[in-house]
Amino acid sequence: MKNYLIRRILQIIPVFLGILFILFFIISKAPGSITDNIMDPRMTPEMRAALQEKLDPNLPFYVKFWNWIVEALHGNFGFSNQHYKPVVDVIGANIGCTFALALTAMILSMLIGIPAGIVSATRQYSAVDNVLTVFSLAGLAFPTFFLGLLLLKVFAIDLRWFPIFGLSNATLAHAPFLTRLGDMAYHLILPAIVLGLAETASFMRYTRSSMLEVIRSDYIRTARAKGLNEKVVIYKHAFRNAMIPIVTLLGFRIPGLISGALMTETVFSLPGVGKLSVEAVNTRNYPLLLGINAMLTMTTLIATLVADVLYAVVDPRIRYD
Amino acid sequence: MTTLDRNEIIKQSAKKDSYWRGVWRRLKRNRLAIVSAIILIIIALACILVPMFSKYSVSATDVAAADSPPTAEHLLGTDNIGRDLLVRLFYGGRISLGVAISVTALECVIGIVLGAVSGFFGGIVDTIIMRISEVFMCFPFLMICITLQSIFGTSVKVLIFILSILSWPSIARIIRGQILSLREMDYMEACRALGISNFRQIFKHLFPNVLAYVIVYVTLSMASVILTETSLSFLGLGVSPPTPTWGNLIQAARNLLILKSKWWYWVPPGTMIFLSILCFNILGDGLRDAIDPKMQL
Repeated sequence: MKNYLIRRILQIIPVFLGILFILFFIISKAPGSITDNIMDPRMTPEMRAALQEKLDPNLPFYVKFWNWIVEALHGNFGFSNQHYKPVVDVIGANIGCTFALALTAMILSMLIGIPAGIVSATRQYSAVDNVLTVFSLAGLAFPTFFLGLLLLKVFAIDLRWFPIFGLSNATLAHAPFLTRLGDMAYHLILPAIVLGLAETASFMRYTRSSMLEVIRSDYIRTARAKGLNEKVVIYKHAFRNAMIPIVTLLGFRIPGLISGALMTETVFSLPGVGKLSVEAVNTRNYPLLLGINAMLTMTTLIATLVADVLYAVVDPRIRYD
Repeated sequence: MTTLDRNEIIKQSAKKDSYWRGVWRRLKRNRLAIVSAIILIIIALACILVPMFSKYSVSATDVAAADSPPTAEHLLGTDNIGRDLLVRLFYGGRISLGVAISVTALECVIGIVLGAVSGFFGGIVDTIIMRISEVFMCFPFLMICITLQSIFGTSVKVLIFILSILSWPSIARIIRGQILSLREMDYMEACRALGISNFRQIFKHLFPNVLAYVIVYVTLSMASVILTETSLSFLGLGVSPPTPTWGNLIQAARNLLILKSKWWYWVPPGTMIFLSILCFNILGDGLRDAIDPKMQL
């Protein structure tokens, strides 16, 4: 197990470097230079060239890449000229919102999706199962942005139950901490439902098929033959084994959750990483774009690693040599 | 007379591929999948025919009739410069579905060739291709699309290229896995013993056996490409106006006034996206169940 863990971590490094290399290569070919956004109209071409030399010296591509990696290892991901702040600080200021949104959506979808999947599987082909299956198919097919717009229209604009945009109410800026926290939760309800719906659908589908497979196995029949209570059979015997593929799903859903958060943030104008990256594209803020991509890649890789390790932890039958 | 008939019948049934006939028979029993297929055909026909036969063109403006709700004249209303939204909806469908078909075709060609080579030859070739596919799979997908679009511009061709370059690893891995297990079978041993060339072994003897997987994958991939393209276009980073797609037609709803009171701008394209993704998913599931319910896809 320990060897496996070490080997998996070592495997991540070349993949991560490969992704960064490609990203860096693409961005180095991008049009525009670092001086475009901060150019003063009074600046002479000589001054501009000097500034360019200072901020982004004309070095070979691989030297720049190496320098960026060394700096990044020291925690310096470059400087965002648009915000007059280091990239790390800009991302740090926005990541809380994305994290809160993704986490809420994930918890919500697990709490609804897994029990619904179990009910669906234990009553296969019943009316409940059919309704839930239709719901999960619809949930998977609804584009995040369309669902977001529909809910925004019905619940925020027409019914006025929820705020239309943003993460906090400006009039509460100096309110006590708990009030502000409640206000934030209130702003996050609609976005979390939108983001959580597709996740709920996929949790439900996976739980259902995984449970169906387990319920048909011999040891479940044995448990029933012993005269065990049906509840014990389902929740104690079947559920544990059915959970194994679900645990892996958790890790693999992270990249999808991030893309989903990006769309949701745009629809609800939330100040998160998704909105930040769209802004970074529009202002051609390449250091920021590179920083966000590096962070998201790392998150994806770690999530996959955690999923693999968890898989080994929950299923003792799996051996790694 | 009867004997002749029987021979004729045997000959005819041998001619037809009984495997695919069985698949078709099982698929026919799945009413939901058949309905989905019919809806998809209707949507595709509407996308082809409506812009062809409508009296309005995609880009013709009519300021006098601007911003009108659905009327008998304009069945889905007009936008702020008086373009007919029904024509734009189905013309947008041409682009959205066209992008989905092209991306799926291109990613399958790349993925099948690389997956087959990887699984067939194994060793160092396999290691290199699989490492590259891992790199592509871990890319933050939407982010990299945005980055590339910001650099290469927002044309339909660039979008197709980027999406297919980023999507090939999944089909490559499926094909590789299948070929790895098929390679060990006796009939492949016979192929090698007969000295059949590698190319012929892959495409004549291995490929027909993975075709079922490709068909299911293509159906499900159509759904996911439609979703990706419309998401990007919604963000303003996919296909850019004036060329309409289902994604950038919805973009109008980012204006609060349109979202609040002009549903005909954004509800029809959203419904089309929802319907087509739903139908492709149901059809894909149906095909999988008809071919092999144990298929991991």
